[in-house]
Parts: sequence; C-alpha cells; structure tokens
Amino acid sequence: MALDPSFVGRSYPPTPPYQVGREKIREFAAAIGDANPAYTDVEAARALGHRDLIAPPTFAIVLSLGASHQVVKDPALGLDYSRVVHGEQRFSYTRPIVAGDELSVVVTVEKIRSMAGSDIITTRGDIVTTDGEAVCSAYSTLVSRAPDPAPEPTPVPEPTPVPETGVPQ
Amino acid sequence: MTLVTYDLVEVGEQLPNRSFPITRADLVRYAGASGDFNPIHWNARFAVGVGLPDVIAHGMFTMATAARLVTDWIGDPGAVVDYSVRFTKPVVVPDDESGAMLDVEGVVAEKLESGLVRIDLTARSGDDKVLGMARATVRLS
Repeated sequence: MALDPSFVGRSYPPTPPYQVGREKIREFAAAIGDANPAYTDVEAARALGHRDLIAPPTFAIVLSLGASHQVVKDPALGLDYSRVVHGEQRFSYTRPIVAGDELSVVVTVEKIRSMAGSDIITTRGDIVTTDGEAVCSAYSTLVSRAPDPAPEPTPVPEPTPVPETGVPQ
Repeated sequence: MTLVTYDLVEVGEQLPNRSFPITRADLVRYAGASGDFNPIHWNARFAVGVGLPDVIAHGMFTMATAARLVTDWIGDPGAVVDYSVRFTKPVVVPDDESGAMLDVEGVVAEKLESGLVRIDLTARSGDDKVLGMARATVRLS
C-alpha cells in the first residue's frame, strides 16, 4: 500500500526529556564491545576536552529510534510495520552526546517513496538539549518490504544516492 | 586532540584492518543496552519464521562495531561529525561458540576543509558485503 505522501515535511512534538547518564553510556559501550576510555573514564574524556563521558557515535539511535515510532507506527501513515526493515542510517553531529545532557527529539518526515512494491520512508530526528542547543540529527530510512513473493530489488550502483530496498536489521 | 593529525594524513591511507567476532551473547547484550528487542536478533524460531536463514545481528550493532575502526584510529570518538551506512546484507549469527565474523577495512577517501577527513569503510561477513556506502567524516587536530 502506498504511503500517504502528505506526511512529507510533517514534524512531531518534542519527545519527553531524556537524561543521559554515565552508567547508560558505560552500558552501551560495553554492549558494543568498545573499550575507548572516553566512554568509561571521566578523566580520560576530560583530557580529550569533553565535559564528561561522551557517548559512542551510534548511541543517538537509543533516542531517535523510539522517537521515530511516533510517525512510522501512526496508522494514518499506512506503513506495514510488521514488514519494516532498516535500510539506511546516518548521524550528523554538531557535538558529541555528553553525560549530563538532557535531550529531546523532534522527528520530521523527510522523504516518502515507493520502489519495487516496497514503501520507503526517511525520517530525521533532530536531537537538541532542553536548552535548545542542537546536538545531532539522525536520519533513518525504513523499508516496508513488498508482500511476498517480493521482487528482487534492482541492484543500485554505489555512487547513486538512492536507497536500496534494505534487508532485515 | 586526535591521535592522527590532518596535516599528516594522506588520501589512500589504509586504517588498520580489524575482524570482530559477533556471538549470540553480544546480540542479547546489545538488545538490552539499546532497547531494540526485535526477536529476529535473538530468537531463531522467529527469525526463520519470517524468512531469514537464522538470527541476524542488529544493523545498528554492525554499524557501531564498524565505527570502532575509525574511533580507535583517531582516539577521540567525539571527533566523528558524520557517519552513515546502508544495510545491504544481514550478518547471520549462528548459535555456536564462534558466531559470525565481521571484517572491517577503512581508507582515507578525501581531505575536506577545516580539518575534516572522510573515511570510507568496507564491512564483510563471510562473502557478504553487509554495509554499503559506509562513510565517516572526522575532524582531525
């Protein structure tokens, strides 16, 4: 089913404030197996010029993925979430996420399209402090796979900025 | 302060290759830390039921693991200003002692202005290229 194109450009209310804690950063770093001391040792993080522990670059997904559910699970959009897979992800940082940050996410629908029977939506989650300082924008492209039997996606040459139809992630 | 400096880095320079084992236990731990409890990442019965060969790694776990090539090279993970990937194939993680292997390579692709450098990453698991267009932009000292 084609998605409602009128969702493009739509923004959602800011998510409730998320308090970034040192132990959550340490837990996430341990879970990705990353021993970089900037994630665990406050003095090491400060020696690099940071105010406190910093979060790994992909930590922003903890905030942005949940926030994007506001739109991708909105029944009015028409996305079959049971067939959704992660197609692409991008993080664009103004500065790293730091322990002590209080962050909120504003989700905007960037792009909606259809390819080989699959519905594809790109959302942008702007992660800002509760004081209004921009920290990171997280762009997620989700693909709702065409009903089986799915046509094989046409291979896309790498230089073309067109998302592939994605695989379960 | 990064371990690598802008003036000394050269386009075409290879980052040290790394191979990362990924086991079922890693996926369970990542599910808990990230809050992504999709059963395709821990429940083989469910994964097979939706047409997958077996349990697969979270794409975001693969993305996070590949980033370590860059953050270990530059020292300061806070110097990453942009990081993007496409998920082209899943990393299938069998239920055994060794799990899957993620092989990551990186190369300095471009020197930009203001101390920025673009690194292109390649990530493979077995014969499959699991990430496409994997790029990190970092600000070097």
